[in-house]
This record gives sequence, structure tokens and C-alpha cells, in this order.
Amino acid sequence: MLSCYRILDLTDDRAFICGRALSDFGAEVIKIEKPGGDPARFRGPFYKDQADPEKNLTWFAFNSNKKGITLDIETAKGKEIFKKLVKTADAVLESFAPGYLDSLGLGYEDLSKINPGIVLTSMTGFGQEGPYRDYKDPDIVVRALGGLIYTAGYEDRPPLTVSYHHTHYLGAMNGAIGTMIALSHRALTGKGQHVEGITQQALDIVCSAEIEGPYALFGEIPTRHGRARAAVTLIDGSTFYNPLLWECKDGHIALNLLLNPTAAKNNLSMMDFIKQDGIDIGTFEHWAWEEKSWEDMSREQAEELMEILGKFFRNRTKDELLKLATENRFQLGPCNNAGDVLKYPQLLYRGFWKEIEHPELGKSLKYPGGAVMTTQGHVGIRHRAPLIGEHNDEIYQELGMSTGELKTMKEQKVI
Amino acid sequence: MTKKPFEGVKIIQLCWAGVGVYTLNYLSHYGATTIRVETATRPDPVRLFAPFAPTNKEGEPVGLERSAFFSITHTAPEYGISLNFKQPEAIEIFKKLVAWADVVGEGFPTGVMDKLGLDYEGLRKVNPEIIMFRTCGYGHTGPMADQPGFGSILTAVTMMDTMVGYTDRPPVPPSTYYTDQLSPMYGSLAIMAALDYKRRTGKGQYIDHAQIEAGLNYMTPLILDYQANDRELALKGNKCDYAAPHGIYKCKGDDRWVAVAVMTDDEWRSFVKVIGSPDWSNDEKYATAAGRVENSDELDRRVEAWTTNYPPEQVQEMLQDAGVGAGLVANARDLDEDPQLKHYNFYRELDHPYMGKLHYYHPDPIKLSAAEADIRRPVLLGEHTDYICTDILGMTREEVDRLRQKGVFD
Repeated sequence: MLSCYRILDLTDDRAFICGRALSDFGAEVIKIEKPGGDPARFRGPFYKDQADPEKNLTWFAFNSNKKGITLDIETAKGKEIFKKLVKTADAVLESFAPGYLDSLGLGYEDLSKINPGIVLTSMTGFGQEGPYRDYKDPDIVVRALGGLIYTAGYEDRPPLTVSYHHTHYLGAMNGAIGTMIALSHRALTGKGQHVEGITQQALDIVCSAEIEGPYALFGEIPTRHGRARAAVTLIDGSTFYNPLLWECKDGHIALNLLLNPTAAKNNLSMMDFIKQDGIDIGTFEHWAWEEKSWEDMSREQAEELMEILGKFFRNRTKDELLKLATENRFQLGPCNNAGDVLKYPQLLYRGFWKEIEHPELGKSLKYPGGAVMTTQGHVGIRHRAPLIGEHNDEIYQELGMSTGELKTMKEQKVI
Repeated sequence: MTKKPFEGVKIIQLCWAGVGVYTLNYLSHYGATTIRVETATRPDPVRLFAPFAPTNKEGEPVGLERSAFFSITHTAPEYGISLNFKQPEAIEIFKKLVAWADVVGEGFPTGVMDKLGLDYEGLRKVNPEIIMFRTCGYGHTGPMADQPGFGSILTAVTMMDTMVGYTDRPPVPPSTYYTDQLSPMYGSLAIMAALDYKRRTGKGQYIDHAQIEAGLNYMTPLILDYQANDRELALKGNKCDYAAPHGIYKCKGDDRWVAVAVMTDDEWRSFVKVIGSPDWSNDEKYATAAGRVENSDELDRRVEAWTTNYPPEQVQEMLQDAGVGAGLVANARDLDEDPQLKHYNFYRELDHPYMGKLHYYHPDPIKLSAAEADIRRPVLLGEHTDYICTDILGMTREEVDRLRQKGVFD
């Protein structure tokens, strides 16, 4: 759909996903890395744990579909070539510290002089302006200031961040959207613009509905309750936190426990399954599911119900519970890990996983398929990420450079 | 007057809950004309999500217009029409809207629209160039197509409930509905790409957005690691494999914490200076990242013995001034008062006829140099029913009144 667009990608590993997402919709994305390879190539995980910049799995994941060239934009010659490329491009993506491209003479003002239609998309933790402009923005720090850490974790321990450092992807994906908004604007105005995707703000959107509502209305500050994130009100007006996640026989599941008359049929049928497992449902034998909600329940009853459900789930496996849920429309699902998603029946049915050849490894790897399916062509992964400088010849020859020139630039470490 | 990015784009919004709304907000904030179709006979469950703004009059029912959850997620300018699809005339009016629109976005499980004859084929008969965006939990084909998709469950199914936790306890969720905010970004890109394609070719399309599939696109490195190295993600608490100190440390005050991340040896030297170069910091074992990671338990205790003397804002400032990553672990109030967010005019106060003035409405996490996001209080259910029928669809007032009597606009 977007094959008419050429996008130059100067990002680091925090924002690789931006160009990757645009390339999924067909845009030609040219990843520009330093001669010798992007620094992110040198930090694992690696294929077969071999610390080789051509075997980096994060690189594979978020640079697939892109073309790859090497270019040192800090050198005079490198800048000149970059400017030539900008003339041929629709957008430039970057995630440097604010002001860095300006200091090289490659900021938005400079680029728009070369190509007034160019869109420059800058992705950072906190933004190009403001008091945090020059802040260091590692994953845990942005996540903390974005409000997602305070409510995650157990009451008796410090709040928790993520063990998978993906937080900046949220700002980067917003950078991709901002790029499309700007390209759409350009179709009306003929002019490009400077776009920002900001991770701190992207995190605020994740948590605002949960925490800013109670704060704005009542001055309440939601805090952390382990796995019991779902707050409900009981008969005495007190708040009860019921678990989102539960232990089962071979792992964990998530449960969305709706307790009101609209969910009576599902809840009654779940009680039947619980009884079939030989579990005593106690006072819930006589609970009027068709009439009652959390608001009619005492704390003692709520705790009893949690105990009953806990016993039932511990007695069943993830697969059994998924099957029960699908057949009976119970609102629960397994806490999948990587092994689980690769064999998840719904995804297999839809042919979601795509085998992508890595000839250099003599192997193919399964990648997630497109984030959407459409009737106007394939969206998603098409081919593996580029090797270091793989498309130098193709792209530089298109700019009219001779093989001799390319050789000299290689010797001067410009490419 | 400069044009807005999506000026002229017309959208019908039939989305319940979060994903479809977050997806279309991006377009409505930037100039699209959006009509939200709802019915009071079967309201969007989010309109019934607590907490509710208190009512002014004793005994007054809460109604459908006071949910904080609803209002904070519906911050885009929209027109609202109420249509009860149980009435055949309501379907006819909806089809007229489809003929008017460029995009129809809907977020029901598979089957709901189809039973009404309003699947893609149905819409295409009315408007061959229509872009139909359909989002649901598991996609519109396959054994789970008709399953409801709650964000709290999809977060688990997409591996996202396996990435926050300590090694000695079960993992906790990263937030309650994480995929509800992560999967829309791909949906929005899809619609924008489709509009771009339509502008150039005149062709519409059908977009099947499965929240499970969009969510998994964020997890690719973990899925590759599993295949290449037979390894699942290991929980690390707040630690990092290649950097230390890296954690959440107690500060002065009640439940106050700061995140500190020393990512390089240079940053370590700056960090040591800020904390007053204590004797222990000269120990050889702390000189390299590998040494610091190996001794991180001991190091964490020492860092916390220092942070605990200061409020988190002060640790953040001292360390960031020295070029070391640090940030307070922000709660609801901290976010409301955050100077960086204030600089970007992020949280804004708007007035609402039922909820009063609230300071929490916000734009998307995007700033454009030549376009402003238009932020509004949420549309009320059926707020513009008359306007849409008469001014957009050209119906007569008599006809509108007649249909209202029949319950078409309930």
C-alpha cells in the first residue's frame, strides 16, 4: 500500500520498530547504520548465542523488510551523500538525543531546505523540548516517569519494571503513526514537517484511564496489589481487589471475572464445571447469579469465591482451560510464553507464523505475521533483515556513484 | 486557514471498549469528521465502568455519561448518533452513513455485524470504495473468531503477562489492559495506509485487525530467542543483564521510589561523584559493568542507603544533572504535576455537561510542527442525532420525528 514512499531510517534499537511497521505496509525503508555495524548488533540475544553482529535477534526482529546501507553521517562526505539521499526520500526517522542532528547540520530546517516535502520523525523518551529534553532515557527511567511502574508489583516489595525492555517501542510506534499523519498532511499542503513520537506520553496513555480517573475525581492514588489489579466495590462499600492472573496446573491464566446479571449464564456454567471436578462451591450453591453483582457480596463471600476458583484452576492445565473457555465463552485465557504462542491453535488456523529464510544461517525462522490482514495485498514480513552494507551498491549506484568512488569511500570508512 | 492532515476524511465509528476508539482517535484528533454510532438499549460497556463522576442531585441515576474511563479515552471531536439496530429503519440510516463515509470502524466479535448484513460485502454494496476496519480479540476467521476479546486476557495470551516479576514469585501484569493500548497503533497505521492507497487508486479495502496478532508483533525478539536458543524470557525483577546499578530504590517519603540506571562505565564514574565518592565505591569489583552486575545485590543495598535520604525528585535531578539516568516512580499525582508533560500541555482541563471540569484529557503522544491535535470532551450518546439526520443525510424534520416515535433513535 505504501510502496510509493522511501524512508531513511537512522534510528537505534529503541525505534527500529517504527521503520519496520511502515515497511510492513510496503514502504521502502533504508536502514542506515555506521560502517562496521549498528551498535545494537553487538548486544544479544544472538542466534545460537554466537556473539556475531550478523546474528543479532533484535536486529532480525525489527529490521526485516528493510534495505541496509552503511554511512557515517558525521563525516563531510557522509553528510553530502545523506543529503543526496534526502532528495529522493519522503521521510527520515531518527532517535538520537535531541539536538544531535542539528549539530551535524542535518536538523529539520536543513533537510527541508534540500527537500521541502521531507518529513522528519524524531523519537525520544521525553521529547525535543522541555525540562527533561536532555535527560538520559533508559527503559526503566522512562517507564517510571511514564507512570507504569508505580502500579506494577507486590505491596511488600518495590514496584516493578519489565524484564523485556520494549518500552521505547510504544513511542516509536507513535512515531510511525505521526509519520503517516504528516504524509497525509503533505498530500494537502505539499509541505513536510517535523514529527515527534514521545515514549513518556505513550506510557501515560496506557495508564491514564486506570489511574488518572480516580485521581481527578476523588484525589485517589491507585497503588500496586500484586496480581489483584481488578478493583470492585463490595456490599459494605469497601474495595476488593481480585486477581487478574491465577495459578493453574502447568502455569498461569488470566481471568476477567464479570460478576453481574449479564454474566450469570457463564458464571453458572463455570460453577457446574467446578462441581464436576469435585470441588465444593459452598455458599455459592445458593447464590442468585441472575440478580446479584459484586456490590451484593460480603468480603467473606468474595474471599470464599476466590478460594473456590483458585482450587479449580490449580486442578486444570492451560490447554484444558483454553478449551473450556472457547467452548463456553468463559472470559479467561492462558498466560502464554513463546513456546505456547507458536502452537496456539487460533494462530495456526490463521496461518499467522511466517517462515523466513536466513540463507546465511542455513535455516529459516518463524516470525509473527502481519499485524493486520487486508484485501489490498500482504501486510507484514517479506524478507530477513539486511546484512551490514548489503544494499550499498544498489543504493549508491542509484545516486550515480561509480564503483571507484564506492571503493574510495569504503577505504575512508565513510561507508 | 491551513488544512488539517485528515481534512475531508469521513469516518463512522462503531467501536465498543478501548481498541477501536484508541485507533480512530488518531484520525479524529487530526481533522477527520467522525460520527460515533451508539444505542442506549445496549450501551458500550465502558460507559458503565467505574469510577463515575458524582451526580449533583441526590438520588439521580449515574446514567451513561459519567464514567471517567469512558471520558478519558474519548477525547476526540466526534458527532454522535443514536441508532437502535433492532429497528430496520436504523439499519437503513446506517447504510446512508456508509454511503457518505470513507471509513467504517467497528469492534465487535465476529458475527455481530455479519448478522445485520453489515459485513464487508454488505457495506461494499452500499459503497464500493469503503474502507472497513474490523478489530476483535482473535481475528475474524478461525475457531476463536467470535470470542469476546478483553484486554486483560489478550495481555496474557500475547506473552505480556510473563515479563514483569521476580524470580521467586509469579509474574504480575504490566498494566491491566496492556494490549488495548499497544495493538491500536498497528490498526491506526493500517487505516492511514488504506486512506493513502485510496487517495491514489480510488480503491477501498477490508482490514482484519486481530489484537492478538498486533500484540505479538511487539514480542518478536523473544519468539526468535525461543527458536534459536530454546530460551524463554527470564524474570529479572528490576535488574538488567548488562548494567548495574539498575533498579527501583526507596526514597524519603511514604511509598516514594526512584528508578536509577547506570548504563556505562562513564555514567558509573559520574554516579559515584554524585553520591560523594564513598570508600566502598573504589572497590575493584565495581569498576566494570560485569563486576557491578555480578555484585548487584550488594550494590543495590548501597545505592538504596543513599537514595533513602532524599525525595525521588531530588535524586532524579542530582543524577540527571550529572548525566545519569534517573526518574521518580510517578504515581497519578506526579503525572498530573509533571513539568515535562506540562511543557507539552499534555493533561488539559475541559468542561463536561455531566462531569464538570476535569484536568485529565490528553492528546496522542505525538507532536507535529504544522498540525495541532483537536482535544474535546467525549461526545454524548446521540448528541447530534438530529443534526446528522437533517444536515448530513438530508432527511426532513417530520421524518426524523416519526422515526424517533418508533424508537429508531433509542
